Amino acid sequence: MKNNSIINFFASVKLALFLLFVLAVTSIIGTIIPQGKSADIYIKEFGEKTASLFQILDFTEMYSSWWFVTLLLLLCVNLIVCSLKRIPGALNITGDSNLEIDVDRLARRKDHKDLPTSLSNQEAGHKVAKALKGSGWKTREKQRNEGLLLFAQKGAWTRFGVYIVHSSILVIFVGAMIGNIYGYKGTMMIPETTTKGAIYSFDRQEEIELDFQILCKKFTLSRYPNGAPKEFISDLAVIEDGREVLTKTIEVNDPLHYKGHTFYQSSYRGLEKLLATIQNNQENIATKVLIDPGKEATWRESNVRFGVVNRAGTQEPGLFRYKVWFFDGSGQPQTFWITGGDTTTVKTENGSYTFGLKQFYATGLQVAKDPGVWTVYIGFFMMMGGLYVAFFLSHRRLWVLIKENGGTRVLISGNSNKNKSGFAQDFEETTRKVEKELQ
Amino acid sequence: MTSSQLLGLTIIGYLIASAVYIATFLFKTPKAGVVATVITIATFLAQTAGIILRWVESYEMGIGHAPMTNMYESLVFFSWAIVLFYLYLEIRYKNRLIGAFTMPFAFIAMAYASFAGNIDQQIKPLIPALQSNWLIAHVVTCFIGYAGFAVACGLGIMYLLRRRTSNTDTKSLINSLPALKTIDDLMYRSIVFGFLWLTVGIITGAIWANSAWGTYWSWDPKETWSLITWFIYAATLHAWFTRGWRGRKIAWLSIIGFVAVIFTYFGVNYLLSGLHSYAG
Ligand code: HEM
Repeated sequence: MKNNSIINFFASVKLALFLLFVLAVTSIIGTIIPQGKSADIYIKEFGEKTASLFQILDFTEMYSSWWFVTLLLLLCVNLIVCSLKRIPGALNITGDSNLEIDVDRLARRKDHKDLPTSLSNQEAGHKVAKALKGSGWKTREKQRNEGLLLFAQKGAWTRFGVYIVHSSILVIFVGAMIGNIYGYKGTMMIPETTTKGAIYSFDRQEEIELDFQILCKKFTLSRYPNGAPKEFISDLAVIEDGREVLTKTIEVNDPLHYKGHTFYQSSYRGLEKLLATIQNNQENIATKVLIDPGKEATWRESNVRFGVVNRAGTQEPGLFRYKVWFFDGSGQPQTFWITGGDTTTVKTENGSYTFGLKQFYATGLQVAKDPGVWTVYIGFFMMMGGLYVAFFLSHRRLWVLIKENGGTRVLISGNSNKNKSGFAQDFEETTRKVEKELQ
Repeated sequence: MTSSQLLGLTIIGYLIASAVYIATFLFKTPKAGVVATVITIATFLAQTAGIILRWVESYEMGIGHAPMTNMYESLVFFSWAIVLFYLYLEIRYKNRLIGAFTMPFAFIAMAYASFAGNIDQQIKPLIPALQSNWLIAHVVTCFIGYAGFAVACGLGIMYLLRRRTSNTDTKSLINSLPALKTIDDLMYRSIVFGFLWLTVGIITGAIWANSAWGTYWSWDPKETWSLITWFIYAATLHAWFTRGWRGRKIAWLSIIGFVAVIFTYFGVNYLLSGLHSYAG
């Protein structure tokens, strides 16, 4: 008996209502108190005492706190126990017990019709079954004391829509757990032309080594006419054992996937340095040089020395023009202006060079490894499908009692658990067909 | 005509329609109700044109995107969805008095979008994270859901009013309202409608977040509040179909639920901070 009361407690919808209410109310806390900040921020904002209370109650990371997770787990247990307890009922309502129905109830239903016929019991039974089959109702029958009882149903499975919805919540929960246990998140800042093989994880506050490396070949920032960033684009490559195994151009909403990791374009940083590309047009050799503004750089092979000596804004915010000083040992040093991202030809006494200059960026990547995502997505899918079934599809049942009562009488009766007006029409049509068949 | 002229007209149209619906109710003049319906439909068409035109204009400015991406645009869409849902109810259930309780929401949404000092009406370029079809799906589905909840709230208020005088005075004004049972039934349907769309809205939002940042859920205040709203309506529906709650309790829950909706949208933007701060 005691056992039973525990089960009843966990199966009760009252508990579900209570839990949903408590979850709704307690969730508010974490939207008011900022989550996951460092301890001194809370002390500064709320004072020493309140801050330590927050720590004790886990209010600073409440959504992963023991008490909040316990509430969620209770909801899951509630769901499981409640559903398990009700499934036998659902099986019952869709099974053979329909042939045991109290036949007195048939004539009391809203949708019923009593048809007299001159046929014998047996014949009437055959004809009714045939007519119903024509409309997609497959009948089962049983000889009852009161007469021959036929039963047919449509959409019996839709009774289980509710359980699809309820299971979907469990599936989403499992997916979230998988992500929590086996996944991690982090960020990478990779300056253009360089490689990184580790990500920084917030949760763990440490670097996580990857068993491959990411090379950022190039970062491009495009802007709207008013200067707001329009697109961030990074040309990335995956390097494994010194070889390039994969290249992909990523942008926001179009990440790179590799070995269970996903690399999202999330931000960028303009670096102080500039990237110069110089091509010696006579000897057909080229180089890329990173330079700091105001410092001199050299390119030995062509005996070139150069530097960026000044910078000026352009019409476009974030885009600059640079004044470059350039000397290849022949004649006089030259100076010229060049806009970031452009190239220009530099002619000296002895040579000709194609010179390009570009703002140098580091691309900011968000890295996620979450093996639970697909489980969560399956849960989403189940939830939407299940809700559709639960709210829009109905279970329709039809009984026909054929009895001897001074001649054969056929009593048709039916019901539907949803969309009753739709069923009433369906019922009328079906009875008309049966009536025709019986004549 | 520009989109902002059309949307400006919409404010006036919905104001007049609301006033006429309320007058129809207060002075028991069913004929005026026809006028209200005509104004509502005409305004609704103008608003639809305005939304489409705004879309076209954004392409002409070279920053083309569906008009669903900031506070102003989402409020305009919210009001549009309320009217669409209301017109459906009016035609399906042949009752204009519901208009007196729901059209004001459509008007308020439009007026607030246009006159609140902190809402920017300009068509603005989108930052990269917002250039996503999932985002559009997210905003559209959420606001269809919110429209259902707004109508449910209007019906809830109507129910409580109707109930106060139900048996005492048969000639009273209030008794021209639909029967309690009808209101109750419509309230339930509106909540189911809203709940389904909110569910899809939360899911598309999660998928969007995952495609942009690799996190489908980060418990930021806006997400959390939409979940709170979802819990409230889930509880309401369970109370309905398993505990047999009807009428007054459901009416109150539909009002409380809508308060949570409003808070999800405004409270979070103005009082709390989070990822969705773009929406200001
Ligand atoms: C927040 C998560 C939940 C959602 C989205 C949800 C959804 C649903 C839906 C869609 C229905 C179907 C209603 C219908 O058939 O018209 C339903 C029914 C039901 N739910 Fe839930 N549910 C949730 C949580 C729970 C929990 C925790 C319990 C635990 C007891 C529960 C117990 C029930 C019961 C008993 C029914 C009635 C089933 C029947 O008609 O036989 N639900 N739920």
